[in-house]
Amino acid sequence: MAGTGQAHLRPDALLSVRDLVVEFPVGRTGLKVNAVSGISFDAQKGETLGIVGESGCGKSTTGRAIMQIPRPKSGDVTFDGQNLMQADAETIRRLRTNIQMIFQDPISSLNPRRSVRDIVLEPLNIWKVGTKEERLARVNKVLEDVGIDPAVAADRRPYQFSGGQCQRISIARALVLEPKMIICDEPVSALDVSVQAQVLNLLEDLKRDYSLTLMFIAHDLAVVKNISDRVAVMYLGKMCEIAPSDDLYRAPAHHYTNVLLSSIPVADPTVTVASHRVEGEPPSPVLPPPGCRFNPRCPAATDRCRTEEPQIREIAPNHFVACHHPIHGGEAPVTVRTTGT
Amino acid sequence: MSSLQTAVRRETGTLLEIEDLATHFVTAGGVVRAVDGVSFSLEHGQRLGIVGESGCGKTILSRSIMGLLPRRNVIRNGSVLFEGTELTTMSLKDRQKIWGAEMAMIFQDPMTSLNPVMKIGKQLAEPLRIHLGSTRENAQEIVLKLLQDVGIPEPEKRLEQYAHELSGGMRQRIMIAMALACGPSVLFADEPTTALDVTVQAQILDLIEEQCRERNMALILVTHDLGVVAGHTDQIIVMYAGKIVEIAPTATLFSKMKMPYTEALFQSIPKLDEPSHTRLVTIGGRPPNLISPPTGCRFSPRCPYTTDKCTSIEPELQQAEPGHYFACHHPVGSDRWNEVQVSLGRRTGGR
Repeated sequence: MAGTGQAHLRPDALLSVRDLVVEFPVGRTGLKVNAVSGISFDAQKGETLGIVGESGCGKSTTGRAIMQIPRPKSGDVTFDGQNLMQADAETIRRLRTNIQMIFQDPISSLNPRRSVRDIVLEPLNIWKVGTKEERLARVNKVLEDVGIDPAVAADRRPYQFSGGQCQRISIARALVLEPKMIICDEPVSALDVSVQAQVLNLLEDLKRDYSLTLMFIAHDLAVVKNISDRVAVMYLGKMCEIAPSDDLYRAPAHHYTNVLLSSIPVADPTVTVASHRVEGEPPSPVLPPPGCRFNPRCPAATDRCRTEEPQIREIAPNHFVACHHPIHGGEAPVTVRTTGT
Repeated sequence: MSSLQTAVRRETGTLLEIEDLATHFVTAGGVVRAVDGVSFSLEHGQRLGIVGESGCGKTILSRSIMGLLPRRNVIRNGSVLFEGTELTTMSLKDRQKIWGAEMAMIFQDPMTSLNPVMKIGKQLAEPLRIHLGSTRENAQEIVLKLLQDVGIPEPEKRLEQYAHELSGGMRQRIMIAMALACGPSVLFADEPTTALDVTVQAQILDLIEEQCRERNMALILVTHDLGVVAGHTDQIIVMYAGKIVEIAPTATLFSKMKMPYTEALFQSIPKLDEPSHTRLVTIGGRPPNLISPPTGCRFSPRCPYTTDKCTSIEPELQQAEPGHYFACHHPVGSDRWNEVQVSLGRRTGGR
């Protein structure tokens, strides 16, 4: 089901990604890792787009490819009307002030030898924003907004803080240039549940106060549901399904989404365990299966799935799926195009 | 089940009895009271979950029971009775006979727990040859059977492979096979699925459950994930700052939780059946420093129901109903709890 196509793109999006392809060479073998193979999606202003999938599905690579680290092999990335794929290095450097990233491990993403004030101040110094006093005032404001008391914390170093507080400092650093968009790559995976809830609530508040657009990459489906307006499910470098989060979780159409949802352990012993277990593990992205990439593990795979790659199509308002035989929404119309990968 | 007859145990009775167990570490900064007076018992074939946040002592508790602790700078107290035998005073040599044979452990990261330069077949045969004195041929036969039991395809081929040739889920299956090799009566699983993807996690949890049932093996499942323990245990211990704060049969814990910490932990998880953008309930602050834990109830600085009594008198474990114990002055459902709920309801109303 993991398929291609652009039927789901909207014209007025802040970020628009078309046919993104990212490949990495495997040593000198001549083989390549097909990390991301032709995915398309977009994010409107003020929207939170969640991206879920198992390890190796290309979700982090996608986030980095938008930032052009490294430059994708092909495709189009348009942010705020500007095509990043054709932009030169200096333009991209300037554009990155508008797209910031926060990472999974908050402690290792902060410089251990610098004070919290210096860490958050650095972007402002690089871009020479305002006077020194204005910069310091802005640092204090941002630290307060993320729930860190600047009077106590600004002179301390990252090791003096817990993981949750370090993640708050990372968020402050991302916010200080007032970006339009933040790409969050597994921002709460390393945190305990109680701290995870604090950071998720904080991101919601900041999104409102700073009118941000968020791209939220995570493997935890419940976390992604909580924060996202729309959710995209990825499998082995392909897009499976993209829909408003409540729709996606209530009525998944792609068999992979269904398997993912029924694999989550539910914190309620009265819930009977669903039987949608899936055999095996994701195959290697070096030699992905032909046709739909999920076909070797899919309970509903047919010969068509083994040869023809499904195209993404709308099966309900704003609910897009790349599957020949989705759980609902009807069979895919037969096309002449066949794609072998 | 040729030579796995040893695996089938006596059906009932107490397997493990832990009494006032304490493990303190002497560090430059002071004495860290990682596990501080824990008592519980485990029946044959019973599956127990231990949950809590990082640093609550859940891993140290499971290691203290097995006796897997550093020799220096550790202060140990209390007693661990395993089928009536005291383990804490046992010599290292005697304990080594129990490790692997009677008590086995699987860890979070299967890659670093397997020997990278030893073939899978040889690694799996090692406990059999040491503990059961199996011959090479006999061991090979049992190993093949074990690999089939844990759902490994093409077991003959795996015997000649190394850990790096296998995927994460496959490695964890090998770890489980190795732990099961001598038919232990209790399996300690310390975050066995945290490093795995969600679809593989479901497979591994099912496998552990199936093996426990088939072998009447007890399980101590240590995890931070309430979802994992909900579906795969009979009884749950909730730990906070080195102490048990609540212990109950799994169904009772989720339906009638008493301890505000359990309640807060449960509420802070995002749930799939709630609409997106549901405001999460958070626990303010962070877990306490175990060198100088707070006086009274250790959760009191973060608890919404705290009164003066909580900060001065430490609550003892008390019984809610048979098998369900909690340590709290103002449990869920008490007057104080109701009072705070009303005031919180006003403040967060409309969300």
